[in-house]
Amino acid sequence: MNDRALWPVLRQAGGKDPLALGAAAKSQKTADWKARINDAKVVKSICPYCAVGCGQKVFVKDEKIVQIEGDPDSPISRGRLCPKGSATLSLVQSPLREYNVKYRRPYGTRWEDLPLERAMEMIADRVLKTRRETWEAKDEEGNTLNRCYGIAHLGGATLDNEENYLMKKIYTALGVVQVENQARL
Amino acid sequence: MSDFIDLTSAAAESATYGADERDRMGFFTDTTLCIGCKACEVACKEWNQLPSDGYEFTGESYDNTKELSGNTWRHVAFVEQMEPERDTGRWLMESDVCKHCTHAGCLDVCPTGAIIRTEFGTVVIQDDICNGCGYCVVACPFGVIGEKQEDHTMGKCTLCYDRLKVGEQPACAKACPTESIQYGVVDELRERAENRLQKIQEKFASAQLYLNDPNDGVGGGGSLFLLLDKPQVYGLPPNPIVPTKDLPQRWRTAGIAAAALFGAVVLCAVSRR
Amino acid sequence: MGTSFGRGGATTFQQDLQHSDCIVIMGSNMAENHPVGFQWVMEARERGAQVIHVDPRFTRTSAVATKHVPIRAGSDIAFLGGIIHYILENERAFKEYVVNYTNASVILREDFKDSEDLDGFFSGWHADTNGYTFETWQYKDMDMHGSAGQREDHSLLAKVPAFSQKVDALKNGEPPHMDKTLQDPRCVYQVLKRHYARYTPETVARICGTEPQHVIDVAEALCANSGRERTSAFCYSVAWTQHTTGVQTIRGAAIIQLLLGNIGRPGGGILALRGHASIQGSTDIPTLFNLLPGYVPMPHAHAHDGLKDFIQSEGAKTGYWGNMDKYIVSLLKAWFGERATEKNDFCFDLLPRISGDHSTYRSIMGMLDGKVKGFFCIGENPAVGSANSGLHRRAMANLEWLVVRDFSEIESASFWYDAPEIETGELRTESIPTEVFWMPAAAHTEKDGSFTNTQRLLQWHHKAVEPQGDARSDLWFYYHLGKRIREKIAQQQEPFSDPVAFLTWNYPEKGETADPDAQAVLREINGWDASGKALSDYNALKADGSTACGCWIYCGCFKDEVNQTARRKPGSEQSWVAPEWAWAWPANRRIIYNRASADPQGKPWSERKKYVWWDDEIGGWTGHDVPDFNKTKRPDYTPETGAKAEDAIAGWHPFIMQDDGLGWLFVPAGIVDGPLPVYYEPHESPVKNPLYSQQANPCRQEFPRTFNESNPSPSDAHGNVFPFVLHTYRLTEHHTAGGMSRTVPRLSELQPEFFCEVSPELAQMRGLVHGDWAMIFTARAVVEARVMVTDRVKPMRVEGKTLHSVGLPYHWGSRGLVTGDSANDLLSITLDPNVHIQETKGLTCDIIAGRRPRGADVPGFLNAVRTRAHLDGRT
Repeated sequence: MNDRALWPVLRQAGGKDPLALGAAAKSQKTADWKARINDAKVVKSICPYCAVGCGQKVFVKDEKIVQIEGDPDSPISRGRLCPKGSATLSLVQSPLREYNVKYRRPYGTRWEDLPLERAMEMIADRVLKTRRETWEAKDEEGNTLNRCYGIAHLGGATLDNEENYLMKKIYTALGVVQVENQARL
Repeated sequence: MSDFIDLTSAAAESATYGADERDRMGFFTDTTLCIGCKACEVACKEWNQLPSDGYEFTGESYDNTKELSGNTWRHVAFVEQMEPERDTGRWLMESDVCKHCTHAGCLDVCPTGAIIRTEFGTVVIQDDICNGCGYCVVACPFGVIGEKQEDHTMGKCTLCYDRLKVGEQPACAKACPTESIQYGVVDELRERAENRLQKIQEKFASAQLYLNDPNDGVGGGGSLFLLLDKPQVYGLPPNPIVPTKDLPQRWRTAGIAAAALFGAVVLCAVSRR
Repeated sequence: MGTSFGRGGATTFQQDLQHSDCIVIMGSNMAENHPVGFQWVMEARERGAQVIHVDPRFTRTSAVATKHVPIRAGSDIAFLGGIIHYILENERAFKEYVVNYTNASVILREDFKDSEDLDGFFSGWHADTNGYTFETWQYKDMDMHGSAGQREDHSLLAKVPAFSQKVDALKNGEPPHMDKTLQDPRCVYQVLKRHYARYTPETVARICGTEPQHVIDVAEALCANSGRERTSAFCYSVAWTQHTTGVQTIRGAAIIQLLLGNIGRPGGGILALRGHASIQGSTDIPTLFNLLPGYVPMPHAHAHDGLKDFIQSEGAKTGYWGNMDKYIVSLLKAWFGERATEKNDFCFDLLPRISGDHSTYRSIMGMLDGKVKGFFCIGENPAVGSANSGLHRRAMANLEWLVVRDFSEIESASFWYDAPEIETGELRTESIPTEVFWMPAAAHTEKDGSFTNTQRLLQWHHKAVEPQGDARSDLWFYYHLGKRIREKIAQQQEPFSDPVAFLTWNYPEKGETADPDAQAVLREINGWDASGKALSDYNALKADGSTACGCWIYCGCFKDEVNQTARRKPGSEQSWVAPEWAWAWPANRRIIYNRASADPQGKPWSERKKYVWWDDEIGGWTGHDVPDFNKTKRPDYTPETGAKAEDAIAGWHPFIMQDDGLGWLFVPAGIVDGPLPVYYEPHESPVKNPLYSQQANPCRQEFPRTFNESNPSPSDAHGNVFPFVLHTYRLTEHHTAGGMSRTVPRLSELQPEFFCEVSPELAQMRGLVHGDWAMIFTARAVVEARVMVTDRVKPMRVEGKTLHSVGLPYHWGSRGLVTGDSANDLLSITLDPNVHIQETKGLTCDIIAGRRPRGADVPGFLNAVRTRAHLDGRT
């Protein structure tokens, strides 16, 4: 059946909708219109904003996220989201997001492009150089310090536990003690 | 005759879908539960991919959205009512939306057939049909409809028609953290609203239902509201009347006139012979 | 909360709020900042519970509360003191709970002197070092001695009780001197009574700028809704922590909840509401200078610093901290693997040592002084989000190198060309040496990992799509940076390279970008036994090196080789506790200290408040949750004197992390600014402290220097230059410094501009026009904002004087879809001495109509202000 193929006037005359305010006036597009989440893959996630920890369903189609909404299975949030959580799709697809490394040389007046691998190499070099220059083996009383005082870290509290763990692990090994996060802010 | 013409667009109850007809669905917005978070506004725009209405500070309490429009299909109104000594007071919040009227003026006046009553009893503008003439804008007693920035057609809440079709609830109701926006079968929502009003009336003397009466000027809404003050306090018309309310009467009059004319023509022809 | 109960985490979970009979929200705007969690408060309200919001502002939370009590910003300790006074004076405490489960009956030393005796100081005060020594705060005959003396450094967060040294004195698990009738004048209960004697409703109302009846009403609501049959809960957030008296404010709530018997019980507890997805997690697995994972302290620099010394001084003999050897050794095994052996102290010597405060504000001073040269800024925007953000921008402009990882170019990455200080001419792009690496970060939808939410719940998020371009997870960044550094260290001579070289740093790599496997990292955090099998809980940890565990409190999150944090059995198919949804630390317990939900004999206090109880038939504890107690320890279990670790905890002592198993009404150790909360004025206040001649917290941490001057308080001359109270806060439509909301059109349009909230009275006084502009200034900065005149802001009457306030949401900065001045520029860096958190919720300022000066006129304007305040030339 596809009565939508009929000329609307015929639909109107022959159906139960003689005034064409309902079924008879429905266009093909409207008839075919279905929620874009209908045949999307669902990936379970957690809202990245505050610490309520609402469950999120991330709908993916053709390797692209098409919708993010609450997960009704979550006993905490029961499928609901606040305005920020509801805006998560716009967050991860923000028009202001950038995807390439930017570099500003000392005293520079503009950003420059820098390949990711090169940036990683340079950062590793900077870490080791500063570590060497600011290494503190002992304090004035001869107590062991074994630390690098010239490097500090401030991390957000929206990072994953696994990320925090690797950070703390490598920093501690490097002797970087000034490791801090948003928890104090 | 009656079969042909219940010309009230009330069509919310008049089945035009036959076997495809579904329960009439709608919203019950209980403002006693609203925390003014605007999750509904955002969830609506995310789902319907609506653009921003601009970054303008209004100073109207926490409301920078101002009103419903072609690009904004949910709007939270904020009304500050502090007591004189200001230790206590009220900060009223209400999430407004298309009323999906039983007698929908927009639907009646649309000259292109772009606006339809769906199988869920909701009122939807079809953007592939709409030519942007704007007749519906003036036919809506609530000022719900406006022009969409994207394609200059008219826009308003569809009650997430596409989501309803696949068994999902509208985006705003789903997001609402405190169940201030409830989605369901309109008949059940009406009953729920009545019960809720009874339950809270003692605590909130000024509480009242809005658009729950099938005999009001729009035949009752598919969106009902529990308000804590008079509708006009929230910027809602106190006695909304659909401009096409007396359309049936006019049709009837027109019908009689047409019949008379037809009769006269026939008479004329006969008498000539 | 760590000091009162033993663990620094929310005692309950959000869903359980639905069972509260009374909820006090204080220091939090929960409806705005945690709207979805707030559904459980609304559930309670709809079931008839009282919801009380005590807050300077009438917010969206106040709008739906059953009662709003306005109090002056920063006067919370006085208000809580008023409640405690009411409970004690009217004998409304839950006696059986208090006598058995708290230290109310413990006798204190004769030489302990209260702040009421010494005009705002406790015994042990040293004016020369601005700090306390703690021996007089101890229980009688449980003197502190030995290496715990290092704790005298008052600037350190003393997390783990120095108390541990004297617990040999415990007799059958109880402190040596107790009076269970609570009558002895030196018992904690009587000390408390005297301490709070002056906090009468009238006095408190005078301090808080509220009505005495409000104090009584709130106190009575709490008392009426506590006891066997009923429970009350507290919710707080950063409006409690962001004060120079933050920790003591939370202590005030802890005292109330212990006195009323509301800890460890359904519908009770204290819920800390945290503002970031994994802020609890970033404390549990700390990116904090003073902690190792699982709240094990970082080692300090001192003469005796072997592993044994560390365990002896930082661990405890009794309670679960009596197992610290197992926690630290297992951590060292996780980090250094085969290299860590009993012979080499499991590589304990490879850990760096701390000496004093190395918190982020100290680092900022280090940058300004040229001592800190490199800075990693990861998902954080101090140029907008930190107190005195202008100072942070100046600090970052004095670095050698800076790495910023974020979604977009935030103000902390762009300061070198668009900071306000560039416009004023105080900084010049061409003169800023900082080399900046801006790196695009992957979003949560682009990586696997777990967040720990506000109720200690670890929840896994799965990767949905690959990140684009150079965007990578921070896991990727640190893993690959570590790999490169290790390669370089292997090739070249570096000082002390062993810790880096010895580190276990092998994680499976996945996909084109060689992303490390997050699940493998979580498995390391969980730990494994000698055979390499994932451990199932922390009781399995060993001190002999046969177990490895990256964070002991998370042990069990990978139980049975299953990622427990990814469990998603629908809530609708479980009880309200939902134990099969994700995984909570410790040991999947949802309400902690839940032994206290049963009476001393192990029976539920009431049918209505049944939660965990002793079942004689099965010979163990059972109930709706995982018991937070040794499962088979009988309620009448009496430890032998000299028992160690958890064996020393009596069967009727629910606070198993504490050395004595008791909830601490009085904190004998572990807190630097006093064993009991004392009312002090904020660091900057227009009011003289009505209770003591000591104006502000004497232990608060100050950083007097140029650009961080303090506004004079009234005890100083010229206090009237900044006559109004200033506080900053958030709106539901934005997220902190805006990095995740000013970049989002749908959020930006909802609150597009920086505004200030003022009362009609203040508006009239200063000629402020609704919708127009006003400039707000302190000794640090001047900002401009749109004026919002609202009846919701009410002038307070404090000490017979009318006090006006200016409220500022702080989300804006120079970049993003919507821009504006940053409120945080106005703040001073002055900190709570325990946790080094800045005061943002009660300072002073002035406000005048009009737009602020521009460009080079700004320094001149501020200099004139400082001159008027006689801060000229003072640093």
